[in-house]
Amino acid sequence: MLKTSEPARTDAVVVDGLRKTFTLRHTHSFKETFLAALRRKPLTTQFQALEGVSFSIKQGESVALLGYNGSGKSTMLKLISGVLSPDEGKVLTRGRVAGLIEVGAGFHPDLSGRENVYLNAAILGMSKKETDALFDDIVAFSEIEAFIDTEVKHYSSGMFLRLAFSVAIHTEVDILLIDEILAVGDEPFQQKCLARIRGLHDAGKTLVVVSHDLDMVSNLCQRGVLLRGGSIAFDGDSKEAVAMMRAG
Amino acid sequence: MTTETTSVPALRAPGAGLGLLDVFRRRHLLALLVRKEVQIRYRGSILGWLWSYVKPLTQFAVFFVALGIVLRQGETIGYYALYLLSGMMIVTFFTEAFQNGTRSIIDNSALIKKIFIPRELFPVASTLVAVVNTLPQVVVVFVIALISGWQFSLGAVAAILLSLLIITVFATGLGMLFGAVNVAFRDAQSFVEIIGMCAVWASPVLYQWHLVADRVGEGALFTLYSINPITAAVELSHAGFWMPLHPKNGLVLPNLVPASLAGLAIAFATLLLGQFVFRRLEGRFAQDL
Ligand SMILES: Nc1ncnc2c1ncn2[C@@H]1O[C@H](COP(=O)(O)OP(=O)(O)OP(=O)(O)O)[C@@H](O)[C@H]1O
Ligand SMILES: [Mg+2]
Repeated sequence: MLKTSEPARTDAVVVDGLRKTFTLRHTHSFKETFLAALRRKPLTTQFQALEGVSFSIKQGESVALLGYNGSGKSTMLKLISGVLSPDEGKVLTRGRVAGLIEVGAGFHPDLSGRENVYLNAAILGMSKKETDALFDDIVAFSEIEAFIDTEVKHYSSGMFLRLAFSVAIHTEVDILLIDEILAVGDEPFQQKCLARIRGLHDAGKTLVVVSHDLDMVSNLCQRGVLLRGGSIAFDGDSKEAVAMMRAG
Repeated sequence: MTTETTSVPALRAPGAGLGLLDVFRRRHLLALLVRKEVQIRYRGSILGWLWSYVKPLTQFAVFFVALGIVLRQGETIGYYALYLLSGMMIVTFFTEAFQNGTRSIIDNSALIKKIFIPRELFPVASTLVAVVNTLPQVVVVFVIALISGWQFSLGAVAAILLSLLIITVFATGLGMLFGAVNVAFRDAQSFVEIIGMCAVWASPVLYQWHLVADRVGEGALFTLYSINPITAAVELSHAGFWMPLHPKNGLVLPNLVPASLAGLAIAFATLLLGQFVFRRLEGRFAQDL
């Protein structure tokens, strides 16, 4: 028998001793490889993007992942969503994960908005029935009803992002990973997105948010995890994490 | 065992899947991916889907006039144009599915790098797109055969379906194999184009099988030639569309039944090998692309 008396406090994400190494290739053709080998130059170098990171996130928690460019935030989210696999250590998740690593990754410019909504919802793991039920909400949220049957290539970039974000934010998930996508659209739309994300948090979803808008993200999330050079420099209150990051 | 029905799902490693079985589970997405490719193919053209019928019809007309009448091939082989077209269709289907499958992973790199979905979806979708593109050709060949006096028989229909099945399985397996290798070594793509070029000659499409048998005898070399799944599929297509017309010099591969079964077995073995290699390499797709 499993103990399920406290489902709200079980771990949603467990990261344990996680290591991710990328191989950087210095040669890109047969000739270069040959010449480099002759001169005994290294053909590749290993780059540790994450070195032994451990933390866990409880269900219903909202966590800001902070750090400078190249500190490994996106890599971390990709590992949680399963896009990348760990070289060492492990990542475990509970329930459906939707990684909004980039909105509109699955959009095709030659398809209409409607077709793209269905395609992208399916990519994010929704069934046809679920998409049918949510379709009107998705379109209403994006506020581009008039253009829904137009090919996406004729959209303005803001409209494109609105629709893509709207699909993503309506998917039925337990864990939502958000990478730098809150900068979509104009001010009113951003506020609407934030309100929606707060709503998801109130509904008990687990959130992991990456953003360089430090004030926004520390207001949105209680907990902050600061990454520096691939390892955790701080894990605690999000305001403190931001202060620490600013202090350098 | 949990007694609670609303129990929380178990902790699991993200990105671990069941390979091709997951493709079946995500068939809604698979259908949408195939439909996307098919839809954008003829976007903005007036004739649209009619083009898929115009192409094989034109091919038939060219074969009929240029090879059948001008080069007089039709005098030695009955229904020569139909012979060519029914074999050519199979090889075209194979090369299209194989080449698209090989490119499928890098063509979808934007998606693979950002969102986790079972990556086997892409080569499988490529094959299905090739199936959809081949169906109009099957229709054209079938109608031409009917006009020429084709009579229904269960054997003929079974031969045609088996032919398409062999290619579908074989091309999917090869597409997964080469598609996975292509991520790290784009050479795979060029290599596959050359295979496509050779495929027409490695099976009796533009000539009859006995020309090979005359040269190499019916020994081990010929066995090697005839267990090529494409040879089996081409001959099955001939058996289904062309033989029922009782053409002059109408011959198909001797031992067509064992050859087809061997072809089918090789196709499935290739699919397993493709899946195996794909799983070994897919962990690196997102970072190498
Ligand atoms: N596929 C890859 N191959 C090689 N190196 C990579 C790969 N992906 C990421 N890296 C490296 O890993 C490091 C961390 O990258 P990551 O994208 O996680 O940074 P980030 O914290 O998201 O930065 P940013 O704030 O700019 O988005 C970078 O130095 C990057 O060059
Ligand atoms: Mg990033």
